Amino acid sequence: MDYFFSTKQLTVGYNGTPLIRDIEIRLQKGRILTLIGPNGAGKSTILMSITRQLKSIAGTIYIGDRSIEEMTNRDLSHHLSVVLTERLRTELMTCEEIVETGRYPYTGMLGILSAADKAAVREAMKLVNVADLKDRDFMCISDGQRQRVLLARAICQQPEILVLDEPTSYLDIRYELELLDILRDMAEERGITIILSLHNLSLAQRVSDDVMCVKGETISHYGSAEEIFQRNLIHELYGLTDGSYNPVFGSVEMKRPPGTPHVFVIAGGGTGIEAYRTLQKKRIPFITGVLHENDIDYQVAHDIASCVISEHGFCPITDSSYQQALEKLHTCDTVVNCLVEYGEINARNRELFEQARLLGCKVVENVATL
Amino acid sequence: MESIEIKRRARIWIVFIALLAAFFILVSLNVMLGSVQSSISDTLSALFGRGGDMADILWKIRLPRMLACVLLGGALALSGFLLQTFFNNPIAGPYVLGISSGAKLTVALVMVLVLGAHKSVGSVVLIGAAFVGAMISMGFVLLISQIIRRSAMLIVSGVMLGYIFSAITDFIITFADDASIVNLHNWSRGSFSGISWDNVRVMAVVVIVTSCLVFLLSKPIGAFQLGESYAKSVGVNVGAFRVALVLLSSVLSACVTAFAGPISFVGIAVPHIVKALLKTSRPLLVIPVCFLGGAIFCLGCDLIARTLFAPLELSISSVTAVFGAPVVITALLKKRARS
Repeated sequence: MDYFFSTKQLTVGYNGTPLIRDIEIRLQKGRILTLIGPNGAGKSTILMSITRQLKSIAGTIYIGDRSIEEMTNRDLSHHLSVVLTERLRTELMTCEEIVETGRYPYTGMLGILSAADKAAVREAMKLVNVADLKDRDFMCISDGQRQRVLLARAICQQPEILVLDEPTSYLDIRYELELLDILRDMAEERGITIILSLHNLSLAQRVSDDVMCVKGETISHYGSAEEIFQRNLIHELYGLTDGSYNPVFGSVEMKRPPGTPHVFVIAGGGTGIEAYRTLQKKRIPFITGVLHENDIDYQVAHDIASCVISEHGFCPITDSSYQQALEKLHTCDTVVNCLVEYGEINARNRELFEQARLLGCKVVENVATL
Repeated sequence: MESIEIKRRARIWIVFIALLAAFFILVSLNVMLGSVQSSISDTLSALFGRGGDMADILWKIRLPRMLACVLLGGALALSGFLLQTFFNNPIAGPYVLGISSGAKLTVALVMVLVLGAHKSVGSVVLIGAAFVGAMISMGFVLLISQIIRRSAMLIVSGVMLGYIFSAITDFIITFADDASIVNLHNWSRGSFSGISWDNVRVMAVVVIVTSCLVFLLSKPIGAFQLGESYAKSVGVNVGAFRVALVLLSSVLSACVTAFAGPISFVGIAVPHIVKALLKTSRPLLVIPVCFLGGAIFCLGCDLIARTLFAPLELSISSVTAVFGAPVVITALLKKRARS
């Protein structure tokens, strides 16, 4: 297969000291590659090296079949543009002037912008919704706005490859989503190849085609987003012990409350999540059931309940599961029933609740009062 | 066109025209005023008439001195602007970084050696010596800037460097010939006096050529305002650009020091005033207006230095400091307010 951007046995590092070896990127045109990994693992170092801000120690970086080592700065600037994490301090520059610096590779000796250059600047600013900021001083706008102005700058450089180092660091969730949506649009509609690093795993999962996990000396994993966002892989990558990552939601749960559980939560169909989280926050260990394995409650309970009594998806609760739940109920003194309605497959959860009452368990309506 | 754009352009034109007017007024005043006053008609007839005492004073003293103010003032302002760009530091300038003092040291050395041998020193030799000195102190400043990243400390180091060079210069002057001391003493405090037409010709060539080169660098200077990494990413050859900045700013401050000695604060103050007036830092505008502003600043300061306590003459640096230092303090306060 033909790759638009690739590296061969790339080794990167500072001052001749290798930090990460054997980086093999294979990226097709118009795809988004995200670098994830713990802090200080070298994501920025890789991004700096592939944009030639930092001299790579060994190996080759290709755009198409040309090595970027052979390109002049000007040549490279026609192919590749960047959004860096460093905080800019400018003096008396309007946002429009910042964006205009992206036209540098296309202007003449004195850098005077032509009508076409100005149109490109306007279009880029419109695309990232900063057109109305054009006359504002770059130092007098919010972090989120600044980041979008810098993205406009990179876009009006009309690159084939766009490299962004932690572009969402200073953004609130709205602008984070908006920025990633713009990137997705650029990849799909304009065929721009995008390489970025992200901290937010759930967004990384949603925006990326390919993912590279950077950890320590080598690239620990490289593959499609589906291949990479697996529970165990993410746990290993970040060394997660207290807490867990759930690939279905792409989100994380905090650690399971420790100790012997005395609270039983009867739930299902998404009714339990709120109670689970509240108990987790109050550090109260709990047992829950009977949950179907394809139930949304099951996903969360799996990560934070001390014990989950489960049943196969779509099947009515069997005797053995029911007995198991009943046994656990005997060890508890408090019961929380989240269910308000019952269907054919979870009818026995009603029985379970009645048993709990008979056993003299304290019935709690609102978990927050525990 | 939108109203903001119209306002912006109007502001630039108004500033430009006002500065040009100030420039011509100061040029005239600098020619007319002095220990011997001269009216407009006297001046014109002396300049274009048949000669006489007044014509001698004008042609031999005031005109070359006025032209030196224009050229060297412009050169100082540009040199400061380049150094501020290079170090990304609003209070960098040839004087505070010790570059003027370095140039002063080598010029003094050459003067003492050559004047001691009872020969006269040519303008080109002076500039050459000053350039070597400027490059030596620039070398030290660059070394320090590699180690110390904090910009305030860089300035402190520069000031210390300046003191060291000045102390050595004082030693040299102390041991110099009696005859040359008088000359050296005036010059080493900074002064536009005693400029000859030969000096003016050489400085005109050096300053005009260098300033044109600086103007041609407007584009990369603009890109550099976003920092080195972004400049590189749009295709600036950062290494070559940095070398060019160092060389050009050193040539400019060397030229000033060779003829007028160390002059403080012009290099820092003028770029700030100009940016504040224009309300932009676009190099394409700032560079020419900086030159004009530097010329005006020095014309004004030299006029005060010459006439305030005439026939006594103040050293130019004491006058530039009075007007320049408050600007620098304001710039520092603004910087603090921003961060």
